[in-house]
Amino acid sequence: MEHTHAAAIEGHNLHDHAHAHDHGDHHETFVSKYVFSQDHKVISRQFLITAVIMAVIAMVMSIIFRLQLAWPGEKFAFIETLMGRKWGKDGILDPNAYLALVTIHGTIMVFFVLTGGLSGTFSNLLIPYQIGARDMASGFLNMLSYWFFFLSSTIMLGSLFIEDGPASSGWTIYPPLSALPEAIPGSKLGMTLWLMSMSLFVVSSLLGSLNYIVTIVNLRTKGMKMTRLPLTIWAFLITAILGVLSFPVLFSAVLLLIFDRSMGTSFYLSDIYIGGKPMEQVGGSPILFEHLFWFLGHPEVYIVLLPALGITSEIIATNSRKPIFGYRAMIGSMLAIGFLSFIVWGHHMFMTGMNPFLGSVFVFTTLLIAIPSAVKAFNYITTLWKGNIQYTPAMLFSIGLVSSFITGGVTGIILADSTLDITIHDTYFVVAHFHIVMGLSAIFGMFAGVYHWFPKMFLRMMNKKLGYLHFWMTFLGAYGVFFPMHFLGMSGVPRRYYTNSNFPLFDNLMDINQFVTMCAIFAALAQVVFLINFFYSMFRGEKPSENPWKSNTLEWTNPVAHIHGNWPGALPEVHRWPYDYSKPGHTEDFVPQTVPLAHDEHDGGEH
Amino acid sequence: MTLLYILAFVLLCIALNQLFQVFELSRDLRGEKLYKTTDSDNKFNGRAMLLFMFLFFGFFIWQVDKYSHRVLPKSASEHGNLIDGLMDANYVLVVAVFFVVNAFLFFFAWRYHGTKDRRAEYIVHNNKLEMIWTIVPAVALAFIIIFGLKYWNEIMKRNVDANPIKIELYAKQFDWTARYPGADNEFGIDSYMQIDGSNPVGLDTTDKRCKDDILVKNEFHIPVGREVVFQFRSRDIIHSAFMPHFRAQMNCVPGQITSFRFKPIVTTAEMRKDAHVIRNINEINEIRTKRGEDPIEFDYLLLCNKICGASHYNMQMKIVVESEKDYNAWIAKQKTFKTVASK
Repeated sequence: MEHTHAAAIEGHNLHDHAHAHDHGDHHETFVSKYVFSQDHKVISRQFLITAVIMAVIAMVMSIIFRLQLAWPGEKFAFIETLMGRKWGKDGILDPNAYLALVTIHGTIMVFFVLTGGLSGTFSNLLIPYQIGARDMASGFLNMLSYWFFFLSSTIMLGSLFIEDGPASSGWTIYPPLSALPEAIPGSKLGMTLWLMSMSLFVVSSLLGSLNYIVTIVNLRTKGMKMTRLPLTIWAFLITAILGVLSFPVLFSAVLLLIFDRSMGTSFYLSDIYIGGKPMEQVGGSPILFEHLFWFLGHPEVYIVLLPALGITSEIIATNSRKPIFGYRAMIGSMLAIGFLSFIVWGHHMFMTGMNPFLGSVFVFTTLLIAIPSAVKAFNYITTLWKGNIQYTPAMLFSIGLVSSFITGGVTGIILADSTLDITIHDTYFVVAHFHIVMGLSAIFGMFAGVYHWFPKMFLRMMNKKLGYLHFWMTFLGAYGVFFPMHFLGMSGVPRRYYTNSNFPLFDNLMDINQFVTMCAIFAALAQVVFLINFFYSMFRGEKPSENPWKSNTLEWTNPVAHIHGNWPGALPEVHRWPYDYSKPGHTEDFVPQTVPLAHDEHDGGEH
Repeated sequence: MTLLYILAFVLLCIALNQLFQVFELSRDLRGEKLYKTTDSDNKFNGRAMLLFMFLFFGFFIWQVDKYSHRVLPKSASEHGNLIDGLMDANYVLVVAVFFVVNAFLFFFAWRYHGTKDRRAEYIVHNNKLEMIWTIVPAVALAFIIIFGLKYWNEIMKRNVDANPIKIELYAKQFDWTARYPGADNEFGIDSYMQIDGSNPVGLDTTDKRCKDDILVKNEFHIPVGREVVFQFRSRDIIHSAFMPHFRAQMNCVPGQITSFRFKPIVTTAEMRKDAHVIRNINEINEIRTKRGEDPIEFDYLLLCNKICGASHYNMQMKIVVESEKDYNAWIAKQKTFKTVASK
């Protein structure tokens, strides 16, 4: 197996076909091929399937707590069946169980689905394919990355089954709530497991990200200049850099919290009286944790979002049959977003008592992000303009992403303004904002990627009609869930409330909550359509042609098969940027990157 | 019975399997590539995009019509009017952007749906256009930033009034205690080491200034038209003091004192006569009557807005805004810490 690595590096400079034949006589056992595989294609499928399972779990959780919010006190027998007598007695959700569900829903969706799942799947699949490499720079580290992810997922799911329940102090696990087992049952063993799981997750993420960066920088095939990279690869590169710089900070935050919880230190604790007695630990500050957490937490938003934006850039260009508008501006704006994402974390903390002057600085930097974001949105729209749009399911989800990116993005302008944040901080307005701009956009990007690259992953096609049904149900349902939440927030409803009707102030908002929950159930049913399509097509879908979407990028230049080393012969050579769609002077409406430039032809990426 | 279910399930699986095989066979026989988008797919989805746009915008307008009377009533504090004004200006801007940009997106998605006989135009970039849509948002954002920061600095300024009402809000799982400095107008020092049953907020019993401090639960009063300076403390974990009607919010952090100030300008009684409030309260009372509960009157509330445990959703305190005369009468009736502690 170790020659994968060597072959990949070799393949960069040498385009000899000598090693083509030694891929054939390669003996692999079931375990080395499908379990502890070092092949990027297998690892990508492992990430995807793990993420799908995690996403289903997190989605079911959201339905359970949405039922509680819409019909508090109503008995749903299946809640007791699923959650057990302790957490769902008589079919009514326990308040602690509610908080646990909210916490784990957030944790799974943000980290396991949209970070591990999204980057893990598509960086692994597309980086070697689209840059023309035999595999990742280090297949072994890549394998470790997945298995750390797997271990981390297992521990997180395992924490659902312990006596006191999983972590329940919100996905942001602010201490002291997360540090004090007396404060909430979820801060007992459940939090210890959460912290273990996330530490392993950080390891997984770092191994993956370092590998992605090294591969993109070193293993591009001949002719694949940085300015000829598809935007997917640019997005994965910037995402990986963000991950490498920010995840270690989460690790340090988590480590200090472990010390506070288990070893009597007081990094985050001071002047606390709980459980009938004063605590000995003095001198720490819980605000320190918030700074460390959000130093990861905000770049994390873009770690989630950028791969989705990269994926849709590629899909929108391919299916509009047009070059992506403003290729360089797209790269520039991603770089700008990546840089700015490191200096905006304080906007999560305007109301912590942080010095108001410091708040002002964060207002300024945060609002600056709106500029590159706007550029991206406009460039997507202009790419559609005068195109010849092919509505594959992937294209539908990509357009869905642009819409949710706009709709969720504009409310960010309000939340970034510290003055306005005073009234809407921590209300449902925030829940609406980040679910639309980050949750929906990223998951739409992920769906788009799955539909588009399914033939590369499973050598089969997904059913188109079911894809359409899935998209339209999801699109309608998702806006139905999150749009009305703005109004809940404007009515002053705080987030993470077990019920909004315990005191009369919000009684007349119940019908909004019920509407939201019904939309959530509708959107969840849409995902059943997806799951059927996904698993059915994996085994019995149509067989694709080599280049089913008539796309320009390198992954469509190899045969429909999983070849060890990706290309049967020499690695392809690149002569042009990836967006020569409908270029005048060519008969077909696409020109693959491997087609040499004509004598007087200009490369599109040179602008 | 269970056996029957299993049998039915197995049969269903077999039937489905057969059905799919027929489908797959006919697909392979005809040799067409079903995954390829046809002109009719493009037409259908293009139209659906346009239809969705109308539905989406209609949904937005429907919500504004149906829900906007339920949002928070007019601000009960002076600075809140600044916030509301800025908020409205921002809403106008973002709603306009929301409509225009989404409209372009969905319109193009419909207008340029693919057909076999057409070819897309090869447009790579356009410097002029790109300059415009970089500079226009930048200018709009400059305005937002300038006004936002101007108001932020005004709201966060300290010591505006030489003689404000001072109140400490003390949070613990899961209730609030309000503390007034009493006759000397000074808070005594406190220590979490001294907390016990009769000393719930940990006042230092040796500090003279503590003796006249007043502690109240369940509701606290403030006089209309006077600057109120709050300080916030927490006994255990992070809570957040959220007074939505006053557009006020600040976290309560253990080991730290945070503060916020505002001037209430609408009394509870006046707010109860506000048309917006009356409409909401009537709606609430209708629901309550149906459920067989007593009708309620409007009250200002202090809520907890930072996840703090099982009863987070129910950690609240009533706020009463009244004339200074009524306030003085109310505060005179409250017991001082000394009388409480010596009991």
